[in-house]
Amino acid sequence: MKSMGEMLLSTGGGSEIVIGNTAIVRAMLEAGVRVATSYPGSPTPEIASAIASIPRERNPMYFEFSVNEKVATEVAFGASINGHLSCVFFKSVGLNVAADTFVQLSMMELIGGMVIVLGDDPGANSSQNEQDNRHYAHLSYTPVFEPATPSEVYVMFKQAADLSRKLRMPVIVRLSTHVCHAKEKVYFGPMPVHEHGNKPLFCMENGPYIPIAADALKMKRRTLHKFWELKDLLEELPVNIVEDNSSERGVITAGAPYLSLMDVLEEVEDKPDVMKLGIVHPLPKNRILQFLKAHKEVKILEELDDVLEREIKAFAYDNGLTTRILGKGDLEDWIGEYTPDKVREVLSKCWPDTFKPVKEPDSPVKLNARPAQMCPGCGHRSAFHAIKLALKDTDITVADIGCHTLGYLEPYRVGQVLLCMGHSTGTAAGLSMFNDSRRVVAFLGDSTFFHAGLPGIVNAVFNKHNLTLIIMENGTTAMTGHQDHPAVGRNFNDVSQKIPVRQVLEGLGVSNIREIDTYNQAGLKEYVEAALEEEGFKVIIARHPCMLKFTREMRKKGKKLPRPVRVGEKCNLKYVCVGQFACPSYQIADGGRVWVQEDLCIGDRSCVQTCPSQAIEPVE
Amino acid sequence: MKKYDIFLAGVGGQGIGLLSETLARAVDYSGQRVIGADTHGLAQRGGMVSSHLRVGTGAHSVLITRHSADLVVALERHEALRGMLDYLKDGGTLVYYDAVWQPLDVRLRRTAQVRNEDIEAEAARKKAKVLRVFKEDLADSRMQNVIIMAELSKAKLIPGVEKEHYTAALSDLLSGRVLEVNLKAFEEVAG
Repeated sequence: MKSMGEMLLSTGGGSEIVIGNTAIVRAMLEAGVRVATSYPGSPTPEIASAIASIPRERNPMYFEFSVNEKVATEVAFGASINGHLSCVFFKSVGLNVAADTFVQLSMMELIGGMVIVLGDDPGANSSQNEQDNRHYAHLSYTPVFEPATPSEVYVMFKQAADLSRKLRMPVIVRLSTHVCHAKEKVYFGPMPVHEHGNKPLFCMENGPYIPIAADALKMKRRTLHKFWELKDLLEELPVNIVEDNSSERGVITAGAPYLSLMDVLEEVEDKPDVMKLGIVHPLPKNRILQFLKAHKEVKILEELDDVLEREIKAFAYDNGLTTRILGKGDLEDWIGEYTPDKVREVLSKCWPDTFKPVKEPDSPVKLNARPAQMCPGCGHRSAFHAIKLALKDTDITVADIGCHTLGYLEPYRVGQVLLCMGHSTGTAAGLSMFNDSRRVVAFLGDSTFFHAGLPGIVNAVFNKHNLTLIIMENGTTAMTGHQDHPAVGRNFNDVSQKIPVRQVLEGLGVSNIREIDTYNQAGLKEYVEAALEEEGFKVIIARHPCMLKFTREMRKKGKKLPRPVRVGEKCNLKYVCVGQFACPSYQIADGGRVWVQEDLCIGDRSCVQTCPSQAIEPVE
Repeated sequence: MKKYDIFLAGVGGQGIGLLSETLARAVDYSGQRVIGADTHGLAQRGGMVSSHLRVGTGAHSVLITRHSADLVVALERHEALRGMLDYLKDGGTLVYYDAVWQPLDVRLRRTAQVRNEDIEAEAARKKAKVLRVFKEDLADSRMQNVIIMAELSKAKLIPGVEKEHYTAALSDLLSGRVLEVNLKAFEEVAG
């Protein structure tokens, strides 16, 4: 078996088939990153998996999962102003959490350099929106590299680190879902030797680092100076690609949409010229003007918002150009990932003579989607089944982010409103006001509890809100791949002090707390019913370990799982197991009989109690 | 080769990731360029998962254009039909392992389970070739992906990729007892 860790450390370099998230770790090591931080979130957690493959004692880089993206950014910032090259990475919406810290970074002299790696998610594959984080770059005068392939990820991260160190400013490497997860063979160079010192280099002389009153404006002026200087520097950086097809038409694009465009162009005769930008902020103005001048019509092909378009149109206006610039058309151009199919559709709207949209073939067969669902044995399923029995139709349930968000799906329908990580207690507090008739129940995961859940809870105690909060504690950050959190007793590197959820709640002044294992459905139902009758802020800790993690660990240890259950003769087709409890292990046979798919059932037996006919039989 | 597109589909937990990674490496061992990406949404288990593999110098995006895959490989019957409907080109090939993990709509008795005849009928409309794979005596369902890989090898369905390329790829990714068991199962079927 090949070892990822050895490949990442190899002194000679070499080539390997890797995803973008792995390629970036090799680049971090070559660039000399000393401190890296993150909070898990798709599409970036595999960056940490790649770091985890490096033997701890040979890894020159310190890495931690911080409790949230804001803290992660602060840790990386602190390391940088002490002279260490640092890197923080997280998903698209993670930047919202980190924003208060992030927007200050460009005002600071980051003497060690600092790279912010963003995993944007056009298409909202695994996020609550598809926000375009280039807006944040404009807001904060931060340069943005935008690689399209794993090879470019590798090269551009190193360029970003160089630039960051040179100008002592933050630099963004903006990835998107299918750049993070794209795989190809990447050719790595030799590993440079880095002489890392342990001398803390923080020095007030490099400042000011306190942006108060007049100094805030002084610092902004310094930032803008650097940003202007950067604009000239970037004109010369070899990161842009121009493809000359001798056409009067041109396309300006960047990132993964460029690759989609190349696929679409394989099939057409009249190919427009193409300019692919490697850095999307600030733009190489002179090069863009040159490209505009050489064409009659230029299409700006960009995923999500019209960020490039507005700036490029301004360039053209200021320079009196008559080139026809084709930007976004209808609102569909603003929505979704720019896959090859999407790019063909977008181009067919502006140049219908050259590009034709693909006609969907007519098929009589229609297949409904297969949405994500909770795993067999999931403690959340057991909880939702019990909680639903305790709720009235008029009750309002507030979801939060995590595997338990899936409770909103059929057949449970628990969780009716969702904003973002940790919103639930605050939102529920608002819903409880001027409301004597509809009871309010909020949900929160355990990793999210530490991430952004605490302020809402303190607020509920402080302002005496009337709601029930159910903390779904499964002992891990399950949805992103089982990262440890503060209540686990382990961090990324080591054993650490456990910070139990109950103790935290007590410390915050929560007096009404119940705790129960979610496999005890009767008990949980009773607890929820009781809590809903009481006034004030009530918390129920509904606990069961993540069973996917548990079964994986059992298998790894070579331990046998319990046998799958079976449906016995007492079954009189009430369909509670399959239709209400809805564990995916239960399947319907021809004729309506219920059977257990043994490849799925993990023998957890949380279903046994749900059968009104006692027909589910454990197998010894 | 200019371009040969392979779309893989299954349900979270079936081992699409390992299958796709092995095929990518096998293609690489055959000396051809390969790119690809796994796509997965929210959940760890139970949702639809797919993977795109693109062979040849004419492929750019890691995502395959709809209705243009040369080969669709599926690990589950419903996903085989979906993969064929969404991605297979007319005249392409569908290979699927005939496992059934019923989607929610079937379990809620709203729609009927997909039958093998449904797949045959759709394939006939598309003039597609179909290879159904099922191994009665397979001890561990987690090895369905290796069985289907062996069938791909036996029928030489990925141009230029030979048996030794598959086994070399498996040896890159697995070790010890797991590798041994998988190689044995592969050899048995691939011949």
